[in-house]
Amino acid sequence: MPRKMFRKIFLVALCFVVCGALHAQTGSDKQAGLGRPASAEEVKQRDVTTLPNGAGLPDGKGTAAQGETVYRDKCAACHGPNGEGSPQGTQLVGGVGSLASDNPVRTVGSYWPYATSVWDYIHRAMPLNQPGSLSADDTYAVTAFLLNRNKIIEASEVMDKESLPKVRMPNRDGFIPDARPDVGKGSLSTGNGKNKKSQAR
Amino acid sequence: MGAAIFRKQLGFNKALCSASTTAIRYALRVGYDTRMESQPGVQPMKDKSIDPAKDNHSRTDSRGRRRFLAATTAAMAATVAGGLTDLWGDEGREPGSPLRPYGERSPFEKVARRNSRSGQMSGTGSSLTPLESLYGIITPSALHYERHHSGVPIIDPEKHELLLHGLVEKPLVFKMEEIKRFPSVSHIYFLECSGSGAGEYQGEPAPTPQQTAGLFSCSEWTGVPLSALLREAGVKPSAKWVLAEGGDASRNARSIPLEKAMDDVIVAYGQNGEAVRPEQGYPIRLIVPGWEGNINTKWLQRLHVLDQPSMTRDEAADYDDLLANGKSYRFSFVMEAKSIVTRPAGGQHLAGPGVYEITGLAWSGRARVATVEVSTDGGKNWRKAELQQPVLKNAAVRFRMPWNWDGNEAVIGSRCTDESGYVQPTHEQLVAARGTHARFHYNGIKWWRLQKSGELTNA
Ligand code: HEC
Repeated sequence: MPRKMFRKIFLVALCFVVCGALHAQTGSDKQAGLGRPASAEEVKQRDVTTLPNGAGLPDGKGTAAQGETVYRDKCAACHGPNGEGSPQGTQLVGGVGSLASDNPVRTVGSYWPYATSVWDYIHRAMPLNQPGSLSADDTYAVTAFLLNRNKIIEASEVMDKESLPKVRMPNRDGFIPDARPDVGKGSLSTGNGKNKKSQAR
Repeated sequence: MGAAIFRKQLGFNKALCSASTTAIRYALRVGYDTRMESQPGVQPMKDKSIDPAKDNHSRTDSRGRRRFLAATTAAMAATVAGGLTDLWGDEGREPGSPLRPYGERSPFEKVARRNSRSGQMSGTGSSLTPLESLYGIITPSALHYERHHSGVPIIDPEKHELLLHGLVEKPLVFKMEEIKRFPSVSHIYFLECSGSGAGEYQGEPAPTPQQTAGLFSCSEWTGVPLSALLREAGVKPSAKWVLAEGGDASRNARSIPLEKAMDDVIVAYGQNGEAVRPEQGYPIRLIVPGWEGNINTKWLQRLHVLDQPSMTRDEAADYDDLLANGKSYRFSFVMEAKSIVTRPAGGQHLAGPGVYEITGLAWSGRARVATVEVSTDGGKNWRKAELQQPVLKNAAVRFRMPWNWDGNEAVIGSRCTDESGYVQPTHEQLVAARGTHARFHYNGIKWWRLQKSGELTNA
């Protein structure tokens, strides 16, 4: 009996050694052990990503009426009093329904497919001369202002992390998957105008 | 004083100073060598007709140095051999510039980037690479095109950190020093802004290679594969995209499909052998081979692993080509095959009939460049150009073709075919497929018209 037990112990021990060695090996193959763990706290602090479903949007809220003040103070100088644009800033209002015409006008209202993208961009990049200076409330408010001036929401509608993702933008369905190669004979080799390589990504 | 130090500087030892023709030849050679390296040293008077006083450069040198040279030269001549005096002349030449820790190009070289159009505000514009003035395939880092959305940030690499989080087993923060400890790779890759040549869609052809295709550059990039960082953090099975965010004021951000991120994307800290330039993303940037410039996030500070694209402005509502029917292509990542004759080309002038080299650059983000053809009759006849070897995937390819200009009007252009079989389209084909409202990914054949006068313009 003791012999059998010894054998058992030996086998278990062997298993540990082998497994351990294997683990160590795969570990060193895959991982360099570089970089320090990021705390949940610092991730939260640095993470500004938003998604079209609203994930990532912070607390806070605002209406177009409140946004009008923010816009007048911090945006109008470049984007014009009513979002019509100027040499210093892109046109932000108008053009809805113009995309298939001879003179398409691309604006937040006519072109952007997601309201969250508007919030995200303003939060990241605007005002151009002082990005990062708007509070979450001001960002919701000025986004609401732009959506309202583009006749997408009512002036009284409150924009927050729940309502903003639900806004349906006029050009929501205006995008199709990249169909290239759409010219260039597609492919001399396959002869069907498309080639597999380029489709795969 | 001078002679001893001088001899040391040039590597003269006593043995060599024993008069012999070998020593004289050696002295001459050393003189030339040191001159080539811009070191102060003796510059043998090979051609007496050159008067240092008439040389602009010499004039900037001080009288003291001139006297020093005269003295040392005389000493040299005396030490080495009597026969040297007639070679050296009375005054000799002045030494060139001293050593310098960081090199500059010749003051005669004026080639420069130029702004594509005055930006809406400083820092939001782009500048173009002078393609017609470059040789080979590498763009000097100082001439690499620029495209910024919120200026160039100054980032201290000691303080810079890269956060990697989201759908990973363990979120990590990397310091620069740690990123450089990963096994590195170097590759020659082109970068092209998808807005390169955009005006051509609208029938506003640009007059020079720089102006039509200068949002294109090619560098050797060194860094760590993004896949190594992602493996380090352990990507979860639900992950499908990686959002990359820059540390510029606008925190410019783009989403990259995980498949590409795990394939050949580099977190680059090296450009052409030195640190990535500030305009190019110092201290680290993404290089996403073959894909539009905008997705090659500069000043990389955050990587967010996601199950869907974030739909930042640039990917959702900017770098998308609007078609005539009002729909837009989404996620046009690959830069398709393109080429351009850079010499002879618009804005240049040929002296008269005779031998010229037709040369230019070709590239494709989809497959290796297979052939480049050149036409001098507006596309009636095409001839294969010679491709500079090696032809690398996702790198610029230099093509060359000797040409004898008979003095008649000619229309010069090039056409690139890649190994997927894709042939660079004509302007007309592109406009037929995408209309004239598209603003990105223009890769039509570019023609230059050569007049009998030797003048070159848009065709
Ligand atoms: C100093 C001038 C300036 C100020 C102030 C400014 N912007 Fe801008 N804005 C610009 C410029 C220039 C662009 C284009 C930037 C680019 O494309 O990289 C822009 C782009 C935008 C866009 C994207 C437009 C598009 O269709 O791509 C939005 C939205 C925007 N700004 C909103 C705002 C808001 C809201 C404010 C005020 C909080 C603001 N801007 C303040 C200059 C300014």
